[in-house]
Amino acid sequence: MKILVTVKRVEDYESKIKVKPDNSWIVTEGVNYRANPFDEIAVEEALRVRDANAPSEVVAVSIGSGAAQAEIRSALAMGADRGILVKHDGFLDSDAVARLLQKVVAKEAPDLVLMGKQAVDVDDNVTGQLLAEYLGWGQATFASKKESLESPEEKAKKPGLRFGADKKTVQVAREVDGGLEVLEVQLPALITVDLRLNVPRYASLPNIMKAKKKPIEELAPAALGVDVSPKVKVVRVEAPPARTAGIKVPDVATLVKKLHEDAKVV
Amino acid sequence: MATILLIAEQAHGHLKKATLSALTAAQQLAQKGGGQIQAVVIGAGAAQSAQELAAYLPTVHAVEGGGFEHALAETHAAAAVEAAKKVGATDVVLAATAYGKDIAPRIAAKLAAGVASDILAVVSANQFKRAMWAGNAIATVEVTTPVKVVSVRATEFPAAQKSGSPGAVQQLGVTAPAPKTKFIEFNEVKSARPELTEASVVVSGGRGTKGDFKPIEALADVLNAAVGASRAVVDAGWQPNDLQVGQTGKVVAPKLYIAAGISGAIQHLAGMKGSKTIVAINKDAEAPIFQVADYGLVADLFKALPELTEEVKKLK
Ligand SMILES: Cc1cc2nc3c(=O)[nH]c(=O)nc-3n(C[C@H](O)[C@H](O)[C@H](O)COP(=O)(O)OP(=O)(O)OC[C@H]3O[C@@H](n4cnc5c(N)ncnc54)[C@H](O)[C@@H]3O)c2cc1C
Ligand SMILES: Nc1ncnc2c1ncn2[C@@H]1O[C@H](COP(=O)(O)O)[C@@H](O)[C@H]1O
Repeated sequence: MKILVTVKRVEDYESKIKVKPDNSWIVTEGVNYRANPFDEIAVEEALRVRDANAPSEVVAVSIGSGAAQAEIRSALAMGADRGILVKHDGFLDSDAVARLLQKVVAKEAPDLVLMGKQAVDVDDNVTGQLLAEYLGWGQATFASKKESLESPEEKAKKPGLRFGADKKTVQVAREVDGGLEVLEVQLPALITVDLRLNVPRYASLPNIMKAKKKPIEELAPAALGVDVSPKVKVVRVEAPPARTAGIKVPDVATLVKKLHEDAKVV
Repeated sequence: MATILLIAEQAHGHLKKATLSALTAAQQLAQKGGGQIQAVVIGAGAAQSAQELAAYLPTVHAVEGGGFEHALAETHAAAAVEAAKKVGATDVVLAATAYGKDIAPRIAAKLAAGVASDILAVVSANQFKRAMWAGNAIATVEVTTPVKVVSVRATEFPAAQKSGSPGAVQQLGVTAPAPKTKFIEFNEVKSARPELTEASVVVSGGRGTKGDFKPIEALADVLNAAVGASRAVVDAGWQPNDLQVGQTGKVVAPKLYIAAGISGAIQHLAGMKGSKTIVAINKDAEAPIFQVADYGLVADLFKALPELTEEVKKLK
């Protein structure tokens, strides 16, 4: 089986995000970067699927500046086999990313594309679904599993995705409003992952060393024949309205009095 | 004249409340860009839900039948696009629920439209505000395509009001495309409590509960509140997935939000900062949750919550 997995370079969620004084973007100096956390879950799942279905291959794809090599390398250090960087400097909207990925998928012909449900920088939650439609594939968004992250199945690193005996279909439990829905998708399929699918592994030192020798192919949007001008432009970025901290109350009685008499909510 | 198409969400003949917030966003869009609003309801029970929606709009289309029984993204997006083409939609608006998020991009791709997701405000006919970086920044985005798809954060828009004269429901015949996806089962989390995103009071528990939600639930019961949770709680399997409040879970904005044993990570705040009154109960006086709380109580939740439950009972 061939599995394509996407990794986006994003601001580390532990870094303090500040808006630029000219409201054009956020301040990027002094900010740490890493792979989108959802994409690490996608990589982990890709590796589990590969190892349960040998011989298989995991290809990690990122779209971004040359710096995104680092996030591809971390996917390779987790265990992915090779990388592809579609190199582009500057902003790309999710639609352009989806159309670039469409070309990469046409070239690589994977059985499965695994992506994060959401990139925690732009918080769009659209790229996987766009790509599925452009490819004419079935999709299962927000992939999860019935077992918890504390379960023996998870400790044994079992894949949450369940393939049919003939490897023509995959069953996916998905987090939707009101519960877990199970869908069966024909391969090739597009799956976006949610937080509860697995706990991603850490790269071991030997694997980090090995990853340095794994190949990363570079592609360019122009060579792929994709016009990347955005359908959705960011015209302004501002700080969120601040919520002023309230007061500390000494005890429950005072709390209830305030909620009843001042806030009038109980 | 421009037409804005609202894609309604329903289950078993009942309209989801988030649809009425999306309708308000559509009305604001109509005010700013001109145009009239029509709606389409898709799936089993659509005709009945369409009737409910017709109290708000002159024309509501219903797509029902074989291929649309389950909310598969492939078939539902296809039906939405058929409806959009039929009414000549320049805008497609829907709520950013799990259903809306699943289908909106597929609709956009089919219509060669740009998609603005999870919007907080309508700035103009083609500009919208949306949260990025877990709500650390608010962006104004501009959709540059002739047709636009917009998904709406329901908590940011009040529910629309009924119109004076009820509208008409029209059946829309659409042949479902053969999907590459099959529905297997739905493991519904049944609860007698109000739905998290619709409740006017939410009581949420975090890792500080150590998995014991009894005090949370007891308080929720006396307040007729929904129960919510932090990611830590859901990851541990203590509570079901769909109770997670936050950047990557549900966004809630009740009139009262009580957070007990929750530290207040930015990803959690992203899902509840819009609440009218916030109460935090945490035994760590330095917990970041106190920075957004209107009323903070430094206490052990196992002591404070039962007391609070008793005090509230006395008021009733
Ligand atoms: C990509 C990504 C997405 C995320 N999305 C979300 C999301 O959508 N929602 C979300 O919630 N989180 C999300 N998180 C996780 C978030 O960063 C925090 O890890 C999480 O919110 C912490 O949960 P918590 O506050 O329950 O636990 P902790 O941070 O461990 O806090 C527990 C708190 O309980 C207090 N406490 C302990 N015992 C008691 C007691 N007896 N009485 C009173 N107080 C007590 C402690 O003082 C502490 O403040 C996300 C993280 C990432 C990386
Ligand atoms: N520039 C990118 N490079 C690689 N993957 C991306 C990129 N942008 C988005 N993705 C993928 O699409 C998913 C959803 O992103 P989004 O729709 O932007 O929230 C992410 O989790 C990534 O897997």
